[in-house]
Amino acid sequence: MIWEVFRQEREGQPFQHGGSLDAPNLAFAEAYARELYGRRDESFALWIVPRESVDEVRDPYVADVFDRDYRRVDGYSLKVKLKEARERAARDVGAGHAPPLQGGS
Amino acid sequence: MNAQELLALADDELILGWRNSEWTGIAPFLEEDVAFSSIAQTEIGHARAWYDLAAKELGANADALAFDRDPDEYRCAPFVELRFVPDWAQTIARHWLYETADTIRIQALMQSEEPVVASLAEKIDREEAYHRMHADMWADRLREEPRFREAVEELWPYALGLLEPEQRDRLCEALGRAAVKAVERGEHTEELRPLWDEMTMVRRSIPGAAW
Repeated sequence: MIWEVFRQEREGQPFQHGGSLDAPNLAFAEAYARELYGRRDESFALWIVPRESVDEVRDPYVADVFDRDYRRVDGYSLKVKLKEARERAARDVGAGHAPPLQGGS
Repeated sequence: MNAQELLALADDELILGWRNSEWTGIAPFLEEDVAFSSIAQTEIGHARAWYDLAAKELGANADALAFDRDPDEYRCAPFVELRFVPDWAQTIARHWLYETADTIRIQALMQSEEPVVASLAEKIDREEAYHRMHADMWADRLREEPRFREAVEELWPYALGLLEPEQRDRLCEALGRAAVKAVERGEHTEELRPLWDEMTMVRRSIPGAAW
């Protein structure tokens, strides 16, 4: 039975996939995971998951198969527009107009 | 503890570690190969620590004690000398019996009035926790397997011989088994000599060399 092992390097960090191992049950999987992913203090905690419990979603359901790139913002040069908006807002404040709305940066 | 007692502990760990390391590369599956090799390695590490203590009393060094004595001078119990490759059931039976007995021995040493001995025993006990977990999970898995049961039966008198007579009741209690006549420390099996030949081969190839 194949088990997927996720490692947390330090307390509070996200768990990341470390690798997989073969073990007949959870007790063995735990022992081998400690050995393979925890013996040298390289992990703070481990998640051990049966591979069959991992639901994999992949292409074509993840990738964009339809032509909907109009939904994407790649074409807009936000950087320039943001810069202009900030300059305008600074000018307006300097000229005694109302301050810009919060949260825009 | 006197040097002979320390040597008995160190020799047990060295020879068992050596026997277990015979599985490196040929264990039943890869994960187990890694785990069992690692256990073998920590046993040899514990041997080293006990040899260091004995060496202070004897004015020697750990390597000389581990490799430069004649086979007859080793103080290990016959239990650790037996060669089991390629029998995994016997290997696990010994591993489980040894770890159970060793726990009793190490926990007694943690109460030692000699601070060096007590603190070393405590350190070793922390590493042994992993060995015990590994041994117990295998014993649980093989419990109903006839080959494993036979091996435990056959090795039981040897396991008792690992401990001092006054500690043996605790082993019987831990395993729910009746006491039998133990295979005592003192005599060696025929299997020690070939092990020693191989174990000391490189060291003997250039006597007195600094490595």
